[in-house]
Amino acid sequence: CSKSNFLLKKMEISVAEAEKRTGKNAVNMQETYTVYLIETRPVDAASEGTNPVPDSLWRRYSEFEQLRNYLLVTYPFLVVPPLPEKRAEFVWHKLSADNMDPDFVERRRVGLENFLLRVASHPDLSTDKIFYSFLTEENGWKETVFETGFQAKADSRLKALNATFRVKNPDKRFAEMKHYGDELQSVISQLLRVRARAADRLYGVYKVHGNYGRVFSEWSAIEKEMGDGLQSAGHHMDAYAASVDDILEEEEHYADQLKEYLFYADALRAVCRKHELTQYELEMAAQDLTSKKQQREELATGTIRTFSLKGMTSKLFGQETPEQREAKLKMLETQIEEGEELVKERNGECEEFVKSAWVDIERFKEQKDHDLREALISYAIMQISMCKKGIQVWNNAKECFSKM
Amino acid sequence: EFSVDGLSRVLMHILYFTSSASMINQYKFEEEEEDADTKDIFVTVDNPESHVTAIETYITYRVETKTTRSEFDSSEFEVRRRYQDFLWLKGRLEEAHPTLIVHPLPEKFVMKGMVERFNEDFIETRRSALHKFLNKIAEHPIFSSSEDFKIFLTAGSGELTSHKKQGPGFLSRMGETVKAVAAAVRGVRSRPQEFTDMQEYVEAFSQKISSIDKVTQRIVREQKEYLEELKECGPTYALWSQSEEELAEPLKNVAGCVDKCCKETDEQVKHLNDHLIPVLHEYVLCADTLKAVLRRRDNIQADFEAKTEALATKKADRDAMRDELDKTEDRLEWANNALKSDWTRWQKGMRTDLRSAFIDTAERNVSYYEKCLAVWESFLQSQRTDAEGNGNVDFS
Repeated sequence: CSKSNFLLKKMEISVAEAEKRTGKNAVNMQETYTVYLIETRPVDAASEGTNPVPDSLWRRYSEFEQLRNYLLVTYPFLVVPPLPEKRAEFVWHKLSADNMDPDFVERRRVGLENFLLRVASHPDLSTDKIFYSFLTEENGWKETVFETGFQAKADSRLKALNATFRVKNPDKRFAEMKHYGDELQSVISQLLRVRARAADRLYGVYKVHGNYGRVFSEWSAIEKEMGDGLQSAGHHMDAYAASVDDILEEEEHYADQLKEYLFYADALRAVCRKHELTQYELEMAAQDLTSKKQQREELATGTIRTFSLKGMTSKLFGQETPEQREAKLKMLETQIEEGEELVKERNGECEEFVKSAWVDIERFKEQKDHDLREALISYAIMQISMCKKGIQVWNNAKECFSKM
Repeated sequence: EFSVDGLSRVLMHILYFTSSASMINQYKFEEEEEDADTKDIFVTVDNPESHVTAIETYITYRVETKTTRSEFDSSEFEVRRRYQDFLWLKGRLEEAHPTLIVHPLPEKFVMKGMVERFNEDFIETRRSALHKFLNKIAEHPIFSSSEDFKIFLTAGSGELTSHKKQGPGFLSRMGETVKAVAAAVRGVRSRPQEFTDMQEYVEAFSQKISSIDKVTQRIVREQKEYLEELKECGPTYALWSQSEEELAEPLKNVAGCVDKCCKETDEQVKHLNDHLIPVLHEYVLCADTLKAVLRRRDNIQADFEAKTEALATKKADRDAMRDELDKTEDRLEWANNALKSDWTRWQKGMRTDLRSAFIDTAERNVSYYEKCLAVWESFLQSQRTDAEGNGNVDFS
């Protein structure tokens, strides 16, 4: 994100802290929840050296969700950055699946900060007023966002995205992108699952070595010459066993990077789906227009080219009067006019959507390639660090064994 | 025909059993240091072969001996022996020297997991253990001059069979066993403190070495399960690379790295299994051997104590009984001194064996991490060269 910082050029944003709160919820029941401190500071202030106290406000996860839902319905042609997961998934046994667990809260804090930074560095999203007031307006933000009526739009959007419909002339590019989104989601899920199981096993390997520490220590008590060597080797085995906690904590950070793109894949698919919907609505409008035009022709020329129940019943029960026909024609003309407007409108929407969406998709692709490459590199660096620790511990152990 | 080294061995035999413990240890240390430089017998066990007869199928191993010792008729021998023959040799050595420590043989059967007697890994593990067994005998100052050992190494199969038939008959062996059981039941009255200390040590050692054996086996199990999961990571990265364009190369690269690390992990587990576990297992069996040796010593003392008591109370046959008592007393002193010397010897050997096994394991682990390190560093290197080419990745 070094290219265009937009809002970030003017403002420093961070999610500095997390705190537990208790309060009464909507159904007047006592609940415990976590709030996150959003700090903002004008960039200039820091560089002037005055370093004033940042502005800050507390928000809970559900408010972040509301913000994101608002962004989704307002900018359906953009790949909207995802939030960190609602519940801990792909968990290996030692890692808590509890939302209240301090490690989970900490990782969520980092994820929420990441979300805000992503939005703030997006060329379009960063200019959104609701986003700005989310960062700056503690009270009243909820009302402001509700007034936009996004909730209703969010519900209908969800419904539409899950509906099944067929597009006659699908846009190849979007179809491919949707397919890519499906594959990305599938493969990252698989990778996260496999990685979690491997982490679980690795934990076991390291921790069992701790038993060496205990037994060597006990054994050293009954030996004369061997005692010191065994005892000190035992300490290194304990250190080895303990080292896995840090190793796996770092790896969890890598898993979080993968998860972000797992959820990004979903956002990408949503854009493609929305495009399909837009296309479908255009096709429906065009189809409707064509059929209306056909009806007008039939009425005008008196021929029935296409089967219609009305046509058949009128044939069976007698033709209409000329006056009735005139009225009908006039109505059809109006409808056709409206229909043509609608098609024009929808066509315009579709073109706009395609243009904007494709720009953002290209931006997303570049960001994804860059970020995931960085993630793979940081994974390699983690592995190297783990190997170096292993080399050190076993060299130390070897020295101790030599003194046996 | 006398020779210098043959004579020195005979003298050592005498001194071994009559001198005080400390003098023996001093003597033996010198002897052993000489032995280290002037090892004059080399024994190898290899080449397992399967034999099928009408009644049974069994494995024989080639036992090759190269020696400059004068009591051997030639300098090279090659014979084939089966497990039963090794068992016989061990039995003979234990009979002749009940309070000396004979290195354990690999177990008769492997009960866990229904391992076939003719499974390749089992045969190799057994071969290696038999090789160690014979070498421990060859290194031992007393055992290596045993006539039974010599015959084991040199006799043709017919000769060995007929030699086996000699020695104390069945009834006499039964008699010894009955005596031993009686002595065990009687128990020892006043065991010298040093042997009580030994027993306490052996109890504790037995527990510790068994724990270490179990811990190591558990590590092997956990490593194998880790490997199973890791094996799925590489293919997943490879699958992913198929959907990507820019990312395809780094993803394929990572897949390759993970696969290489899998291979290294596999080798490392194999090494633990083939090197550390057999040694630990040997010393678990050693602990049992030591317990048996201490029991046998106790039995000899119990026997002596019983005879002393009998002499005090009996009126008839006193001369005969006194003779018997004197013999038993000698036997006890002999047994105690032998045990004391061999104990020190055994401890030194245990320390050497376990130390080198642990060092070997530590070195192997270092090598494992070094290899994996190299794999990931080459990945980083490849990404650096790519980045420098594209000019877009910041490595700071």
